[in-house]
Amino acid sequence: MAYSDKVLDHYENPRNVGSFDKGDPSIGTGMVGAPACGDVMKLQIKVNDQGVIEDAKFKTYGCGSAIASSSLLTEWVKGKTLNEAAQIKNTQIAEELALPPVKIHCSVLAEDAIKAAIADYQSKTAGGDDKADAA
Amino acid sequence: MQVDWSKNFFELFGLPAQFDLDPSDLLTRYRELQRRVHPDKFASASAEERRLSMQLTTLVNEGYQTLRDPVRRARYLLDLSGVAMNDETDTSMKPEFLVEQMELREALEEACAREDSLRRLAELANDIEHRHAAKLEELRDCFSRGQGALGAARNAVRELQFLGKLLQEIREQEEELT
Repeated sequence: MAYSDKVLDHYENPRNVGSFDKGDPSIGTGMVGAPACGDVMKLQIKVNDQGVIEDAKFKTYGCGSAIASSSLLTEWVKGKTLNEAAQIKNTQIAEELALPPVKIHCSVLAEDAIKAAIADYQSKTAGGDDKADAA
Repeated sequence: MQVDWSKNFFELFGLPAQFDLDPSDLLTRYRELQRRVHPDKFASASAEERRLSMQLTTLVNEGYQTLRDPVRRARYLLDLSGVAMNDETDTSMKPEFLVEQMELREALEEACAREDSLRRLAELANDIEHRHAAKLEELRDCFSRGQGALGAARNAVRELQFLGKLLQEIREQEEELT
């Protein structure tokens, strides 16, 4: 399959690859998987006291489109508030990367990953110290 | 040639719609069906019958491929029971399963970077095959528990697809190295 230039760019030079400490209360971790292709994606956000995403990292095992979708997403969410980041739709990712229909599910994976990361961060802060330790 | 297109694959093969089946019995039934609908038998028949024979041959082949593979058979059974797989849209898996998948992918990455990568890959493949076999047993158990366990069966199928993909990637790496 022919990848678009943007997918190739993110695939060859993925931005923000790596991990944060999952136990850190300022970190939200989202992990999702695509049963259709066996791809696994981990997306982490570092959130400051104002609820702004200061940094984001990802680790994705999957095809070029899945890697590009998560790489692009980490660029997009930096500097955004949690609410703004939660508004990002998979269709925006798919459009930006010019994903073909069979690869749309890769962008769905990325959208679900950021939503899961936000939910994880919120459950940590809402639950207090005890819950953060258990997470 | 009488054709009932409403038959599902189990009915086509004269088998009960259940997960457990005897692969050699399935193969015997497949060969018998194939023989009965084979286009060679209809070489001198009408165009209509020749076309039907082609379509039936395709159907029988597809049925065999679906039923003989446990994961495809399970998906098919779930589909017949009205359980949607939603592979493309449902990305939530058990967190501990995903963590484990991440770790296995990392192990694969590390194995490839090592001097003795072929040996490492073989060990990893062996490990995944065991997990795959255990998960298949779990799936069989789910189906034996009836309607109430179909959700669990769906989960097992989804996890099996990850394990299958991982095995496939290990095989590809092995081929690249040999």
